[in-house]
Formats: sequence, structure tokens, C-alpha cells
Amino acid sequence: MSGRMPNAQVQKDRSMHLQKQMIAAHYEALERAPQEGRKVVYTFVPGNLAELLLCFDILPVLPEINALQSGMRRLSGSYVSEAEKHGHSEDVCTYVKCDIGMLKRGNIGPTGRKLPPPDLLLLSYTGCFTFMKWFELLRQEYGCPVAMLHVPYQAQGRIEPHHLQYVVEQLRSEVIPKLEEVTGSRYDEDRLRELMRRAVQAEDDLVAVLESAKHVPSPIDGYFGAVYYIGPIFSAFRGTEQAVDYYRTLRQEVEERLRQGLGPVTPEGPLGEERFRLVVEGPPNWTHFREFWKMFYEEGAVVVASTYAKVGGLYDRGFRHDPARPLESLAEYCMGCYTNLGLPSRVALLESYIREYRADGFLIHSVKSCNSFSVGQLLMLRQLEERTGIPGGFIESDLVDPRYFSAANIKNRVESYLQMLAQKRRAREQA
Amino acid sequence: MAHDLASILRRARALHEDLDLESVRRWKEAHPGAKAIGHMPIYVPREIIHAAGMLPVGIVGGGDQLEIIRGDAYFQSYICHIPRSTIELALSGRLDALDGMLFPSICDVIRNLSGMWRMLFPERYVRYVDVPQNFDPQVGGRFWRRELEALRDDLQRWGGCGGDDDALRRSIAVYNEHRRAVRRLYDARAERPWAYPAPEMYLVLRAGNVLPPEEHIEMLESYRAAAPRDTSRTPKDHARVVLRGAFCEQPPLGLLATLERAGCYIVDDDWLLGLRWLLEDVPLSGDPLDNLAQAYLRASAPAPSRYEPSGDRGRALVDTVRRRRAEGVIFCAPSFCDPALLEQPMLVPALERERIPYTQFKYAEDTGQFSAIREQAGTFSDSIRLWSEA
Repeated sequence: MSGRMPNAQVQKDRSMHLQKQMIAAHYEALERAPQEGRKVVYTFVPGNLAELLLCFDILPVLPEINALQSGMRRLSGSYVSEAEKHGHSEDVCTYVKCDIGMLKRGNIGPTGRKLPPPDLLLLSYTGCFTFMKWFELLRQEYGCPVAMLHVPYQAQGRIEPHHLQYVVEQLRSEVIPKLEEVTGSRYDEDRLRELMRRAVQAEDDLVAVLESAKHVPSPIDGYFGAVYYIGPIFSAFRGTEQAVDYYRTLRQEVEERLRQGLGPVTPEGPLGEERFRLVVEGPPNWTHFREFWKMFYEEGAVVVASTYAKVGGLYDRGFRHDPARPLESLAEYCMGCYTNLGLPSRVALLESYIREYRADGFLIHSVKSCNSFSVGQLLMLRQLEERTGIPGGFIESDLVDPRYFSAANIKNRVESYLQMLAQKRRAREQA
Repeated sequence: MAHDLASILRRARALHEDLDLESVRRWKEAHPGAKAIGHMPIYVPREIIHAAGMLPVGIVGGGDQLEIIRGDAYFQSYICHIPRSTIELALSGRLDALDGMLFPSICDVIRNLSGMWRMLFPERYVRYVDVPQNFDPQVGGRFWRRELEALRDDLQRWGGCGGDDDALRRSIAVYNEHRRAVRRLYDARAERPWAYPAPEMYLVLRAGNVLPPEEHIEMLESYRAAAPRDTSRTPKDHARVVLRGAFCEQPPLGLLATLERAGCYIVDDDWLLGLRWLLEDVPLSGDPLDNLAQAYLRASAPAPSRYEPSGDRGRALVDTVRRRRAEGVIFCAPSFCDPALLEQPMLVPALERERIPYTQFKYAEDTGQFSAIREQAGTFSDSIRLWSEA
């Protein structure tokens, strides 16, 4: 049974066009950067210091975004193989191998434009050990300097004062001096505050968009759809006017859908009946992203909240960049990103999503590449089932290695899980 | 303690096979009220546990002696073996002698295992030990000192006796001596590897995971003296190799024996690296927490889990090869070990530049078949002995 509205005309919203323009312009700027003398810094999504980079007029490159874009464009498989030919183990993170493979093939980015080499690698070591090895590998390839920002893990679910002090001191003594050295510009804290003020506007609007899914039916998909919504704010644009405009527009569109009682827009048009409300833990698969999404929307399943949409910050739990305490606020941002949280905090967050978003079920998508996400997920599943009384589903694939996406197997699991939810619902209704 | 080789090895083997931690239970019976604190690889400041009157116990999984019954239900197939056997040990009650557990920051697996521990064993003390990756004494040093202080405060609050600065200085002195004893054994083995077979050497070191350091020093020194007295041990035409990648999940003893039988003398390695993590003595005068913190920044062993600010990842390995007069390197890492496997592509170019031969394979702690490894190691050894330029 299809939950999708039949024969619907697929229409792109204005926000989609805006985002497309922003991304295209960013990659064009990156291609021109060497000629124009603009500095380029590679960095990671979780704990990214977008406002600080903008403060120095630096163009960021986010290798995870390149990898996932390569995955969506079916380029990643050959990049992964290329890296393995160069001695990278089949066991390790495929984001890393996709990036290394892309580099070995000439560093042509996902949009077909050449990516400039980094002037600096900003290793914001947040929530993932592999990040460290990744940039050590890139340092070897590019021979460029690295600014290391060690972000303490929140094992106990709270930021200790000395954690905050440690990160701020690293920003002052390691990150900012290296940004100054690379750009030849002085750190301007007033400018950083201004960028943060703009970031807050976008953050407010993003939260409104994500939390619209609390409404029944949800006007958005909080996982497959949210992947697009989080793009600008988790990458190069937080703190820009473009991001403010994008999120204002997106929020207006979503609120309009809410007023009209419409469901999410899928690649094949607006969803019809919302049959299942799900919470999802774990990143998506990128090589078969639409096929994966289709397994859900064909069954009328909407993801109302996901943890992946929080890897670049838990804005929905109240965090905002604070212009009054700029460096402290950046430190708190880094430490609060989802994969930097201990497992008990992750379980508590998922439990609250299941309750607040009135979910019928929850699904864990476990990816081979990401131990930061994956280790402990089977225990998380049990804990959530115990705490909520709702059965969970568990599926496995990978981020960007197409060899690990078994479509028939995953579809079978998703369908079986949804059938089980439907049976339980019927049983409840008959009781 | 017996000082003859057979007795030393019998004891070391018994400790290795003691999955139920009977030796720790006996220690606790002999020290009423004292606690035992487990820790995962690689490094934790054992001095602080020792100074609190507690027994530090290194946990490195169940090896090839443990059947995994429940542990596999907690981990996907693509995750390394050590967390599943460690969970198996805990769920089967074999770690009940431990009152607490420390999880050093080494990789995402051990990190998340700390959270699993909190959820599975909420009544036990659990601490994630977040070692610094910034090596500025005023930045990383201050952070690490505060982490050490928090650990000391925790242990004191939670039943430790003593643990004041003087007690900590005494413990630092003991561990300085312990590390010296380990280094002396490594030097002796590098000098005469035929006298210190790899599986034996491993067992003797491994005993340091569970023995109080004072006892382990005695075992190390006795073994170092006793092993060469066995006159049946004579040099063979083996290649001298450095082994890298085994710093967390441990290689099975059979694998070590296989490498040696295949013609490789291991003259340096990184198994049980935490026992010799600090490369220099920690000063005894002044603030002991400061001293421990600064020693970590200044004199830690190179390891894949530790950021290398200089960017020269291969230098330390090449230096070790030269210092130990090794003829080749074996990368011997556990399957799915991110730090070790991501490190290898950085080390290989350094070896190639220096024309140092290398080979690589993976294992799991419960690997039972070694024929392919034997063939590979044998070919590697032959190639060094027959064709090496060294």
C-alpha cells in the first residue's frame, strides 16, 4: 500500500532552489579560490567552527559532505576502491576512503569542479576518533599545517568547567593563531559576534522546522527530508545572510504546509496518508538514498525525529550560539554535538523523541563505517524497548560503500517492521 | 616467589588463563576492604589507583580462551572482537572482582563501551579517561591534571585509603621502577631474542595486568635472569622484526609462536603498551599530579590513538627499527581496528623511504588457524634473510 499521493506533481520549493544556488556558488568559489587568493580550510561537520572561519573570510571544505555527495552521485564506490588499491584497509571508514580516493583521482568534487588543496586542516576532533586519523592522512597527502582542537567527550552527560576552559584555551592558543597565520588577518571578535547573531536566527528557524514534526500529520520528514534542511547550517553557511534567508524561507514553507495539514514532500511528490511515525537513530545510506527513502514513504512511514539531524548540534534541546560569550559558546557547541554524547545521553534523547513526537516505532540504521554511531546501538535498542514499551527495528548498511547496501534485505526488514507495528496497532484498537 | 624459569612461566600462564580473576579475588581477601579497578587499553595512570590502596587490573578481552555466548548479541559483525569478549566476561560474572572500570580514550569502540558499561552495570564505578591530544603544558597539561585530580578525588570519595601526595609519590616511584624493569626486559630480548621466546615474553608481561607492580617487578627481573640460563636456547637464522598494531586487542599466543616458528624474532612490539607507556621516569619531587600530567605530554609512547603534532608518523617506527637492529616490520593488527588500520598507510611510506621491508595481516584475539600467517611470515623472513639489502 502506498502512502504517497498518486500522480502528484513534484514541485521544488523556493528553499530547495535557494539551497541549490548556495551550494553551487560555494563550489564555484572553491574552484576560483587559488586564483583569487582566498584561503581554504578543510574541517568536519560535528563541532565545526563555521562562524570563526567566516570571521577570517575562509572558505571551508567539509570532506564528509563531499563523501556523501559522491555517494549520492554514485561516485563513491570507485573512490573507495581507489583508496583500497593504495593500501587502505577494507575494514575502515568509507568516508575516509572515499575522500582519499577522490584525492587520488584529481580531487574533482561532487559537482564536477576541482577542489583546491587546503591551506590548513582544522581538525575539530569532535565525537569521532577517525577524524584524527583522517586528517593525519590528509596532512601526509597535502603537507599542510593542522590546527588540532581536542573536544572532550561528554561521557557523564555534562560539561565540566575544566572541559570548557580546555576548549576555549585551545581556540585561543591553537586555532585562532593558526587561522591568523594562514590568512594574515587579525581575529576580530566583534565580527564573530555579528556572525553568531545571524547564526542564532537560522538556528531558531531550523528548530521550528524540525519541531513541526510534532504535529500529526507531520509536514516534514525529520530524517530523509531533514538531511537537506540541515545542509547549510551544518556546513559552510552558518552565520551568513544566505543561511538566514534560507531558513526563514524554509520555515515559512513548512508552516504553510502545517496550516494546510499537508505531509512531507518526497522525491515523488507529497506524501498522502501518514501511516507510521518513526524515530530513527544513525546516519542514512547515501549510495541508495532515494531507494532507501522510498522504502519508507511507499508505506506511509514518516520519520518524525532523527539523531542524525543533530550531528551538527542539538539546537532543538536549547543550544544557541551566544554572541555575548563567543568562544565559550563555540566550545559548548562542539561538546554538545550528538556523537560527542555518552550512550546514556543518547538513549535519553531518543526516548524523549519517541515520546514528544508521539512515534509509533523507532528504527536504528547501523552503518559499518561509523563506530562512533554504531558501537552500542544494539544495547540502545534494548534499553529503548524497555523504557518505551515500543518495539524497535534494526537495519544495517554503510555510508558510501555501495557493496554494503543490500536493497532486498533492507526492504524486507523495513516492511516486516512496519507490518509488525500495524499488527500491534490493530491489536490495540481491538482490545 | 620462585625464581626458576619453569615456575615463573607456570605462574604467568596460570594468570593468563585466570579469566575469573581468582588472583584479584585472592588479593582482595588478603587486603580486606580494598578495591580493584579494571581498565581497558592502552594507558591509564595506574599510580593513582595504586596510591588509593586499590589494585589496578588491566583488562584486554577474553582472548582465545573464552566462548562468546552473550557478547555477540551486543555488537555488529563489523566491530572488533575485544568489546564482545569483554562484555562476555562481565555478563558471565568473571569481572565481579572488579569494583570499577576505567575506559581510556583510544577509539570510538572503547569510548562507547564506557557508556554501555554505565547502562549495564549502573551500580559500579565507571570513568571515561579522556587523555589530552593537546600537548601544550599550559593547555593540555592543565586539562589532564584536572582529569587526574578528578580520578583521584573519585577514588578517595569512593573508598580509597590514602591517595594523598606522599602516597602518590611512593606509587610513582614503584611504577618508575616497574617501567624500568619492563624496559630492561625489552632491551635484553632485543639483544638475545632466542633467549626470550615471544609467547613466554608475552605471558610474563601480561602478568603485569593483574599482579601488584611490586610483585610483577620481581617476576620481570627473575625471568630476565632465568631465561638465558636455559642452554637449549641458541640463536637461529631468523629475521629480526618489529611488530606493530597489537596495542589493544591482543594477539593469541598461538600467533606469536607461529611468527617465531616461521623465522621471525620479534625484537620490539606494541602489545600491552600501557605497561611502558611513559618512556621516562616521572619526577618524584614537586606536585605528583603535575608530574604525571607533564610526563604524559612529554614522554608518551607513540601510538595510533595519540595525535602526533609533528606530523611525522613514521619517524618513531623507523627509529625503533634502527635502535633494535630490526630487519623488517610486521603490521599485525586486529580486524576492524580503526586506529591501527588507519595508521598503516601513514607508516608504510616511511618504511619504503628507508627501504625497510614490511608485511601485514590481521587477526582476531580468538583466531585459531595460523597456517596462512605462518606461510606469509615465513616468506617474509626468507625474503629478508635471502635478499635483504640490510
